[in-house]
Amino acid sequence: MSGVWATIFQPGFFASDEVRTALIVGGLVAVVSGVVGVFTVLRGQSFAGHSLADVGATGGSGAYLLAVPPLWGFLALSVVGAGLMELIGIQRARSRDLATGIVLGAALGVSALLLYWDTTWHSSNGQAMTVLFGSIFALSESTIPLVVVFSAVSLVLVVLVYRPLLLAGLHPDLARAQRVNARLVGWVFLAALAIAVALSSIALGSILSTAILIGPAATAVRLTRRPGLAMLWAALIGVLAMWLGVLLSYDSYTWPPAHHGWPVSFLVVALIVTAYLAVDLTSGRRRSRHRPDRPPVAAAEPDEDAIHAEWVA
Amino acid sequence: MFSGFMVGTWEAASMVAVVGGLVGFFVVMRGSAFAAHAVPQGAFAGAAGASLLGLNVILGLGVFAVLAALGIGWLSRRGRHDVVVALMLVALLALGSLFLSWSTQYEPEIFGLLFGQVLGVDRSNLVPTAMLAAVCVLVILALFRPLLLASALPEIADADSSRTRWLRTGSLELIFLVVLALATSLTLPVVGALLIFSLMIGPPAAARSITANPRAAAGLSVGIALATVWLSIAGAYRWNLPVGFFVGVLSAACYLLGRGWAFCRRHARRVSAPGSVAMASAPEWEQP
Amino acid sequence: MSGRTRDQDSGAAAAQRAVARDAQMNSAALLSLDRVSVGLGGREVLRGVSFAVRPGEFTGLIGANGAGKTTLLRVILGLQRVDGGRVSVADRRVGYVPQKVLLEPDVPLRACDVVALGLDGRRLGIGWPSARKKMFVDEMLAAVGADPFADARVGELSGGEQQRVLIAHALIGRPRLLLLDEPLANLDLSSSADVVALLARIAREQQIAVLLSAHEMNPLLPVTDRIVYLAHGRAASGTTGEVITTEVLSRLYGHHVDVLRVHGRILVVAGNGGPDAGRGPITIDHARDASGGAV
Repeated sequence: MSGVWATIFQPGFFASDEVRTALIVGGLVAVVSGVVGVFTVLRGQSFAGHSLADVGATGGSGAYLLAVPPLWGFLALSVVGAGLMELIGIQRARSRDLATGIVLGAALGVSALLLYWDTTWHSSNGQAMTVLFGSIFALSESTIPLVVVFSAVSLVLVVLVYRPLLLAGLHPDLARAQRVNARLVGWVFLAALAIAVALSSIALGSILSTAILIGPAATAVRLTRRPGLAMLWAALIGVLAMWLGVLLSYDSYTWPPAHHGWPVSFLVVALIVTAYLAVDLTSGRRRSRHRPDRPPVAAAEPDEDAIHAEWVA
Repeated sequence: MFSGFMVGTWEAASMVAVVGGLVGFFVVMRGSAFAAHAVPQGAFAGAAGASLLGLNVILGLGVFAVLAALGIGWLSRRGRHDVVVALMLVALLALGSLFLSWSTQYEPEIFGLLFGQVLGVDRSNLVPTAMLAAVCVLVILALFRPLLLASALPEIADADSSRTRWLRTGSLELIFLVVLALATSLTLPVVGALLIFSLMIGPPAAARSITANPRAAAGLSVGIALATVWLSIAGAYRWNLPVGFFVGVLSAACYLLGRGWAFCRRHARRVSAPGSVAMASAPEWEQP
Repeated sequence: MSGRTRDQDSGAAAAQRAVARDAQMNSAALLSLDRVSVGLGGREVLRGVSFAVRPGEFTGLIGANGAGKTTLLRVILGLQRVDGGRVSVADRRVGYVPQKVLLEPDVPLRACDVVALGLDGRRLGIGWPSARKKMFVDEMLAAVGADPFADARVGELSGGEQQRVLIAHALIGRPRLLLLDEPLANLDLSSSADVVALLARIAREQQIAVLLSAHEMNPLLPVTDRIVYLAHGRAASGTTGEVITTEVLSRLYGHHVDVLRVHGRILVVAGNGGPDAGRGPITIDHARDASGGAV
């Protein structure tokens, strides 16, 4: 029995500080991402989440340059990006995608510059890696209080706009009648999203952060129609994926081919995608067809309309 | 900067710009911003895998790019939501990072693939790159009119194609996706996976703001793309900075300039000809 | 043979002559539907629809939203498979004007470009402008009254203007049959009248058969030769006088309706008596609600 235990939890797992930090931060990030992610998926704002991550990367790179904890950098630019998107958001769907994409491109370009400077000026290797693909084991313990605080902020924001968001999704006219200010609610949600994205960026890197934001949420939404329950499911799936990913990454130190471990971000993403596929393939629901090379209209994607129609408050 | 090994670079860069500008013209026309963003991400994994196995990187790129493009087409045809597609692509990116973590050249490799490098295409790859570029350009030019029709007036194109065997809208979409994949794979080494998107939407968006003539807009798109890429290479060479930085920032600048021009044009027309068509007839159809 | 009476003889002969005459008429038809049925999503959208359209005829396809007009047009265009019956289109050259097109303001296409695409949009190559092509395009634009904005961005035109451009696009290919899906749906009354007059003139001058769908028949009454009235998936076709009668429409709707003629306009009203007795009169004249959308 102890042999099995030792195989699953390689020696030093529970004693390691890095592991503990990783588990705590990862767990919190998963919970926040799950909760925020459900609304993101239901509101059809997956692209927004992705964009914010890319913009946040610029902040992360800049933070390293200024020797500031990266979370602040991610946060700052995420929030600014969210503000920008709200401003652009009034226009029609297609031109908004274009404008958002251009802003992304500029932000990524600046990231390239900053990351390059990171490597040359600070001769600190691996910065591009960490910002883009994450390195949860490299987080210092001092990050934990920050993560706790911002997770709480994001969750509180979601709780604040929970009912209005549901209402706006269920019945926009009813929401207007009850004097729910759709724009304000949208902005608050976007702020919560920005924080969630920043948090997931320090855990998994900005490029892969979308996975923890929309993966567990998309899976949960396939499992249940009730948003509240979906959030619980999403958080649960996210936490499991994170912790299992951390564990496997730790254990993989001896695995082939390179014998220095498999990247934790990869493992977490792989687990999330596996979970989604498992649920998706075992529940075939019929979907509507749309043009192959572009997404459905961002504001009201046909599939999510179907989910909207089935929302239960 | 114009001699020796750099000659090949300028040639490659020009090819990249022409393909990017031309394919990008239709990317914007069709609203395929999503695919243009997603296919390079899939290609990245292929490049990483190829590099790991010591294979030709362009080959790995090309194969994965085509697979990604077809995958997107197939998934969407089956009514798959873009959340799924996004997940699949993130998975591919993660796979790419895994491959790279196994190879010894982790950091510089990633950086070059994601943000581009001046010497992205070396002499040995120049001929395959040129061939790929020629294929892309020829296909797009050959299908110029049908693509215009299918992109701008899809309902009519659908109705047309149902009655004749020739050029069904579905085949056209598929061909375009494959061309996009090929364009991505030849562009990626120079511009970087994350910035291909900018090159493919900035110049065309600027061009279409300046002129309404489709042929002129396509030509202008190529011209602006050439200017963007040349300046980016020059800047990257001169200051030893990543190509992607210049591409991203310059594309955004082009886009903004184009929007500015369009704004001035509309404003000027309104001021000078108050009885003109644009003012006189109030829109009767509500635009969604 | 000798046992047959003269009456029976002439009856059989008359029937035979009628069949022969129908066959002759249908053989000249550009488009004929014979007992077409279509089921969608478990619902029978079209049931045994039959009618024919001949060259130069102006036919109005009338029905409320959901009556199956768009499905019928899609069947004719070959975009929708039929579950029963036959559709024959005599000539491949069919022009189509969809109800709505999504054109962003900065799409790089001018009105003349859209019309030119009607001419050669299916050919390979870039399509360099030629004097001959320009002449055709200009001619067509003038014919539909679109030459004032020939060089304007098509995405910046108003709804009515865009529609004219699309009509020109459809016509430049010299079709024998022109299909329009609810062209009047979002136009105001005077623009409606303009478009109808334009289409009627084209039908007459070019001997093109025009089939357009609408939920309001009154704007079409001055020009239409035939009406195909759709209700509950069934159709009645013939001249206005033949189809728009209390008997025919009541049979179609399955309950009693009254056809009222007021100052040259036609009103179809559900009345009391019959299965809907007690529900009170409801107007079925596909009236528009205040926002301009169909009820």
